[in-house]
Parts: sequence; structure tokens; C-alpha cells
Amino acid sequence: MERPSWAPEQIDLDLPSAARMYDYFLGGSHNFAPDRAAAQAAIGIIPELPAVMRANRAFLRRAVRFALDSGVRQFLDIGSGIPTVGNVHEVARAIDPQARVAYVDTDPVAVTHSRALLADDPYTVVVEADVREPERLLADDGLRATLDLDRPVALLMVALLHFVGPADDPADLVRRYGRALAPGSLLAISHGTGDGRTAESDAMLRLYADTANPLTARTRDEVAALFDGFEPVEPGVVFLPLWRPDEADEVPARPERFCSYAGVGRKP
Amino acid sequence: MSSGARRRPAASRTRRHVPAEAARPTPARLADAWAAAIAGTSFVSLTRPELARHLRPLAARLLAAPLDAPAARAAGTEVGRALVAAHFTAPETLARSLVALGGMLPADRAAARPSVLAGLASGFAAALRDRTLTEQESIRQAAMAAQTRAERALRATEARFRAVFTCAATGIALGDLTGHILEANPALAAMLGAPPERLRGRDVFELVHPDDAVGLRELIYQRVATGAADRIRTEKRFVTDDGRVLWGGLAVSVVRDQEGRPSYLVAMGEDNTRRHELAETLTYQATHDALTGLANRTLFTERLHRAFDRTAPAERLGVCFLDLDGFKIINDSLGHPVGDELLRVVAGRLADAVGPDSLLARLGGDEFVVLRADSTGEAELVELAERILAALDSPVAVAGHELAVSASIGVVERATFGTDPAEVMRAADITLYWAKAAGKGRWATFDSERDAAQAARHQLSEALPGALRAEEFTLAYQPVVDLTDLRLTGVEALVRWRHPRLGLLGPDAFLGLAEETGLVVPLGRWVLSAACRQARAWLDRYGWAPQVSVNLAVREVCGASLVDDVRAALAGSGLPAGLLQLELTERALMGAEPTAALRTLCEDGVRIVIDDFGTGYSNLAHLRHAPVHGIKLARSFTGSFDAPAHPDRADLAIVRALMSLAHTLDLTVTASGVETRRQAHRLRELGAEHGQGWLYGRPAEPAHIEQLLAT
Ligand SMILES: C[S@@+](CC[C@H](N)C(=O)[O-])C[C@H]1O[C@@H](n2cnc3c(N)ncnc32)[C@H](O)[C@@H]1O
Repeated sequence: MERPSWAPEQIDLDLPSAARMYDYFLGGSHNFAPDRAAAQAAIGIIPELPAVMRANRAFLRRAVRFALDSGVRQFLDIGSGIPTVGNVHEVARAIDPQARVAYVDTDPVAVTHSRALLADDPYTVVVEADVREPERLLADDGLRATLDLDRPVALLMVALLHFVGPADDPADLVRRYGRALAPGSLLAISHGTGDGRTAESDAMLRLYADTANPLTARTRDEVAALFDGFEPVEPGVVFLPLWRPDEADEVPARPERFCSYAGVGRKP
Repeated sequence: MSSGARRRPAASRTRRHVPAEAARPTPARLADAWAAAIAGTSFVSLTRPELARHLRPLAARLLAAPLDAPAARAAGTEVGRALVAAHFTAPETLARSLVALGGMLPADRAAARPSVLAGLASGFAAALRDRTLTEQESIRQAAMAAQTRAERALRATEARFRAVFTCAATGIALGDLTGHILEANPALAAMLGAPPERLRGRDVFELVHPDDAVGLRELIYQRVATGAADRIRTEKRFVTDDGRVLWGGLAVSVVRDQEGRPSYLVAMGEDNTRRHELAETLTYQATHDALTGLANRTLFTERLHRAFDRTAPAERLGVCFLDLDGFKIINDSLGHPVGDELLRVVAGRLADAVGPDSLLARLGGDEFVVLRADSTGEAELVELAERILAALDSPVAVAGHELAVSASIGVVERATFGTDPAEVMRAADITLYWAKAAGKGRWATFDSERDAAQAARHQLSEALPGALRAEEFTLAYQPVVDLTDLRLTGVEALVRWRHPRLGLLGPDAFLGLAEETGLVVPLGRWVLSAACRQARAWLDRYGWAPQVSVNLAVREVCGASLVDDVRAALAGSGLPAGLLQLELTERALMGAEPTAALRTLCEDGVRIVIDDFGTGYSNLAHLRHAPVHGIKLARSFTGSFDAPAHPDRADLAIVRALMSLAHTLDLTVTASGVETRRQAHRLRELGAEHGQGWLYGRPAEPAHIEQLLAT
């Protein structure tokens, strides 16, 4: 962290933001011209990117359902982005209307927007915090008022950790979160990878390097290593579309082309 | 349009096929087909079955659309909007919906179909447009709100920083890379005595004391600005606009831009003038003598050690160590204020004489020392010592007194290699002592042989007590004969030290030391009893024994235990008192107490003779009543008696006089140092009764005496 915590972040709307690019990929209009331009450039490199994003979103949905099926009723969604259809609380409430969700993001615009949407919702909270500061994040008053950390929580780090570079040691960060969670808690991760299609992923990395959120692709082993301290849930870390697909979901012929790994672990 | 023509059969096949299979599709079947068509075209969070279920009411609405065109269109519009509401926002979703629905609406609804589909498309487009605008609006508002929030936070932070800047007790300046001040805070302004606006735009280095400015500039540009170090701390002098000089503790940091290039300098300073002055005063006080203002022992020691500094030692060095002769008397008789004033004046004269190239320090009391590092040789230091003595030649006028002063100086000059500070100071100390012993008002140079001899003496005196315990002393006996018949009448017991390392040492080597250390008393006691035991052993063995003569040191004679010691030796050995003779010097005879003790011993029967008579100061009147039986003539008078023609006339006269005096007082005379017959003959002619010397035997082991006894 080069920026001392007392120095407020400057908001530069000319700089594409991962949250708004993601919204654009999903067909939303919560984005600005620079976001769209960057997203278009990305699509130029990987035309299936919108499909990849949808698949990621579908994984998020499956992971939330899995958590609910496992009896977990609280969600900590870090890197939640701009609310869009199929938000965690919507998915969760289909099963438990009182499910609790804490949305966390660093993107001040995404946070402000989320707050506007969820202002009146008693079971959700939106926290502006950085995943790289676990202790500070977990100590947030609003988060504490919404989630009971003494009971199991599903920690969602979906399409988040590839925005954390090696210098910030994501495995250590995850370990520090894991320590704060009650046994029975779940950890869901989806993560970009270069395994499979190197030329394109390199081009992607270069593209994202010029956004507010540079990318770090990781290998399967590196992603699996993020689950240190968690017991793997079947089928472990796999290419994202292969993680417990719904019966009606089409499993693509070449899942590695989705450039993502996904997995869920349980804290013993 | 040929391709269109080719496609037609397929299309008509479909059309034919559908009504045949299901003339009126149910909402469920329509919804399933519709879901299959649009699945995956937009991002929705629904699974395929969920999607189909979701589409069912819409399908029902379409199937129930009235034939009347506006109403049919309204139904379509509703469904189009509903699609967007379910997040089907992709154009592809619309396209596929139109194709799928167009093909599946039942034939009896054919009239309504265009209106329904037109309505669906327009409803979709309108809803998408609304949605897009709404989302754009909401994200824009979110962005604005976030920006406002961030700006407010930034302003708050800036306000806080401004507060820190203006309220800080530390002086802070922000400068460009050339050192020109962009901003200065009130604390700095107060420190430099100029309002902040007067500081703005000025060159920092102009505010720095000229002597320090160059160094500071180099420090900043070489270390900080080039990136070698991001912060320097230093202390420099500043000159205020009103001409005051102040010491500023300064921390200069460089602020870099995102690319890491230096862009600003930030300097923080505090006024350390008071602390600096205090520190200077304290250092000065710690290293200087309050009375004279000269360097003190601390500073001198530090400089002395520095001359031996491993990294840059001085090649040679010299020290003049001096103290004033008789200063204590002046101090005691005229009082301390006068003494102090004298020291001040002397210090001034010394300083003039010594000059700036050497360090002059007062070590305490009236001790001064001059340290000359990198000296060229002893001559240089001797010359310096001469100058110092000359500087003290003229008397000092203090409080109405004209005081004559002189000093003794120990001079040491040597190469630093092979010695150390402690060694130098020890040598200086000894040398000063020599100078004093040699008669004051003079200098002495260090003499290593003399020092070694003294050191050896010192070692001996340290070993003495142990030697006595270890019984390293023995006695040798020298015969004394009757000059008329050469019969053995006595022996003189002479103490020897069988030193384990140095071999056999004569009394000259250690008696002086024993006197100084007081060890002569126990040693004398041992000699007495050993001699008495020996004489008694001879008596027992040969039936007779010569009288045994023991030398008494002054301290023994004056000691309270003399009578007891002699009696104990006699009693312990069983020797008759008459066989013991005590030899003492003229000096030992002075005073009433020794005389009383000797009288007692005399009454006991012990014989007493005066050794080396005529060489000391005799109270002749006293001699008349003293309990003395005889005298021994010193060899210094008898030496010339060996001359072939005749003895030295003066010697002859003296010996004659001494003999006649002795005989008048009824004292026997023993001539010592008799080496030749001629000597013996002449001395006997003059009346000496006894003789002692090499002619009759050197001091020897008891066994040698026994040969004489046996004959
Ligand atoms: C691709 S989106 C993922 C959104 C959502 N989790 C999903 O998978 O549908 C990544 C989000 O992570 C957020 N993000 C990036 N770095 C972050 C960080 N250090 N701490 C918290 N959030 C971060 C971005 O602002 C963005 O909203």
C-alpha cells in the first residue's frame, strides 16, 4: 500500500474500472466511455469475454446456492462490483429471505451506487474497503452489525484475487481472513488464468495493466494454494464452467477457453 | 434473392408442421421454445428451466393477444418491456424472440402477429432506452457522489495538513529543486525573523551562514537530489534578517513524483541555538579547567590517546610534566585565594611560553602538562622546558606579595610506536620526581636505565617480606682479630639474601630498602637471633666462641622493642650476653631513648660499639656518657695506610686524633678495612686494638669460621 490510509483516493473517471467494465460485459449501462472502450478492446482479444463473464456470474450463483444448501446464511462478498441482476442477496433470498450479505469493494463509484440501491435493505451492508487489509475490513462497524462472525460465513472472492498482485501475497491475505472465520465457513474463489491460451491472456494482462485494476493470472497450483487452511469441496479447483454445473447449463466443449479457475473450500 | 428462395421450403415446412402438431400451442410449450431460442443471449441469472418458467406468463399474454391491432400491439409492448425488466438487454435476445415468436403464434392469430411483434420490438427498445438512461443516470450520480465524497475528504485532509503546517512548532519550508522557497510556515518565519511572505521566493541558501552554505548545498544536491538518500539530517547556522546567527537542526527530504523524479524539497528545521550553546558550554566545561581556562585532564587524556589513534597515530610525541616547587607552602601560608591567583598568572605565562602548537593542560593542583604531538626529538622538548623555566624566572606579584616561583619539569619524548599513553604518563611522572629530587627549578629527561634500576629496586622491596618468610636470608661472618697476637676475638655477622633469581645479594642491595619499608625491624630481629644461635652453637661445640657482632639499623635502635628483642635473642639461644656485641652508627646514638635502652643492654653485659666512627656527626659531649665500649674506624681513613712511604698526612692526623679520643674515653678501637700487613702494622703502632679486613678473612660461611675455631 503506497497510499497512506489518511490520503483519500482520487476518483479518475477516465481510468477504466474493473467494476464498470464488468458491468458492460454483462450488458449493463453502469459504465462510461473509457470503461466501454477498454471492454471493447478486451473483447477484441477474447471475443467470448462476455460469455466468460456470464459464466463467472453463473459460478457465483452456483456457489451461493451451494452455501445455502450447506446451511450457510451469511455472505461476505469482497470485490462485489456494481450490483446487477443475480446479486448475491437476490440469489440467497430466493431460499432464505433473511440471508445476510456484506458487499465490499474498493471502487468508490461501485460502493456509492450499491449504497444507493440497497439503502433501505436491513440485511445488507455495503463497505468501502480493500481486500488487502483484512483486519481493517473485518473490523468495519457496518460489517460487524450485519454479519455474525462467530457463525459460518460464505466468503466470496469471485473474480477478485487476480486484481491482487504477488507483492500483496494473496495466499497470506486469504489465510488471514480464514483465521477470522468460524468453522464451517466457506470460501469461494474464481480466478483468471493463462493456463490454456497464453497469447491472449498475455494481451489481456497488458490491457488491464492500464486500468485502475491490473491483472495477475495464476496457474492452477497457485489458485489451489489460495485454499490453504480450507478443505476442498468436490470437485476442487477446476476450470470455471466445470464447477458443479447446473443440469441444464451447457458445459462448453473447451472449458479451458474460459481462462478461469473456480473452487470452493470449507473451513474445518 | 435466390438464397431466400432456397430457404423458403424449410420455412413453409415449419409452418405446415407446427399447426399440424399443435394448432394452438400452450403457454408452456411456447415458453419452452422461446427460452431455448434466447438462452445465453443476455446475461440473466436464471437457469434454463427457471427461464422457461419466467417466460410462461409472457407467452400466455402473447397467446391471448386480441386481434384488434392497437390492443395486440399493447400486449406486445408489455411483453417487450417485461423482457428488458428480466434483464434481457441484448439486441440478440430481441432478434431471436421475434423469430421464435413469429413462427409460433397460432394461425388464427395471424392478423394480430405483426402488431404483437411490432409492439414487442418497440416495447423492448423503449424499455432498454429507459433502462440505459436510468442506469447511466444512476452511475453518473454515483460517480458524482463518490467524487464529492472524495473531494470533501481531500479538502478535509488538506485542511488538516494546512493546520499542521501553520500550527507546527517546527519550521517547515517547501522549496523547488533550486532551493527557492515556495511556502514557509509561521514557525519557520518566526525562527528566521521574517514574515512568511518575505520568505517566499527566496533562496534557502542565502539564509544559511556563508560558512555553512556550500557544505549544505553539496549535501543536498549530492545525496538527496540525486537520490542517494531521501533524507538528510544536519545542523547548520542560519543568519536572520536582523543579523542574528542561529543553529538550525535541519531535515531535508525530497518529494518525488510518480515516476520517482525529484520534484520538491521539504525542509524542516528547529532552532537549536540554545541547545547548541548549552552543549558547547558543557563540552567546554567538561574539557577545561575553570580556574585557569586551560585544557583539563579530560581533554589532555583525550588528545594523548588521539596521538596513539590506530588510524592516524602521531609518529613521535613529547610531554613536559611540571609542578611548582613549594606551592603548598604558598597556599598554606598565604591562603587559597593567593594560591589560585598565582596559578592563574603562572598558567598565563606557561601559555605564552608554550605557544599554540602544543596543548597546555592543568591536571589539577599545581600540576601542568604540555603535550607536543609530532615532536621532532628530545631537544625540542628540552628547549620547551627551558622556555617554561625562563618564563617563571621573574617573581609573580599577587595581592601585594612578590612571589618567587620555580617549577620542576619531567621531560619525555619518544616514538609512539611501542609505547602507550599510560606508559608515557608514568615516565613523565617519574622524570618529574627525578627533577625534583635533583634539586628543583630544573628539568630532567627520562632515563630508561635509571628507570629500570628503580624498577628493579622496587621489585626487590616488594619481594622482601616474602623472602623473610621463606627464610632466604643467611648470615656470613667476618673475623675480627687482636692486632697484637692476631688471635680471633670476634666475628661480625653480615646478612646476605639468597635471592631465588638474582643469586646472593649483599646488604647494600637491600638494607636501604628494608630501612625504607620498615622491614628492617623484623629482619634485624632475625639477624640477632640467628647470630646468637650460631655463637651459642660454637660455644657448645668448641668450648669457646668469638664475640658475635650484629649491626643495628637506626630504626632498630630507636624502636621500642630493642631491649626486648635483644633479650629474647639471648634467652632464646642461651648465649651469654658478654658474647654479643651491637654495632650502631653515630646517628643512632643521638637522643635520650636509645641511650636509655643501650644503657640497659650494657648493664645486661652486652657490648656496644660505634661503627664507622668519624664519618657521621658525633655529639662528643654525649659520647662521654654514652654506654659505649668501643669504636670502629671507617675504612675511608685507613685506606691510605697502605701507601709504601707513609699514610696520607690528613688521614694520619685524623686517625691519631680519633685513637687518642677513644683511649681517653676508655674505648677500644677496631680498625676495619685492613687489607695488608703494612696497614695492620701502622694501625697497631698507632694503638688500634683490633683489626678486621680481608687480611684476616672475608665475610664467609660459618664453616670457614669453624676452621679457625678448631685450631
Ligand atoms: C470483475 S469484478 C467482480 C464482481 C463480482 N465479484 C462478480 O464476480 O460478479 C472485480 C471487482 O473487484 C473489485 N476490486 C478490485 N481490487 C479490489 C481490492 N483490492 N479490494 C476490493 N475489491 C477490489 C473491483 O472494484 C471490482 O468491482
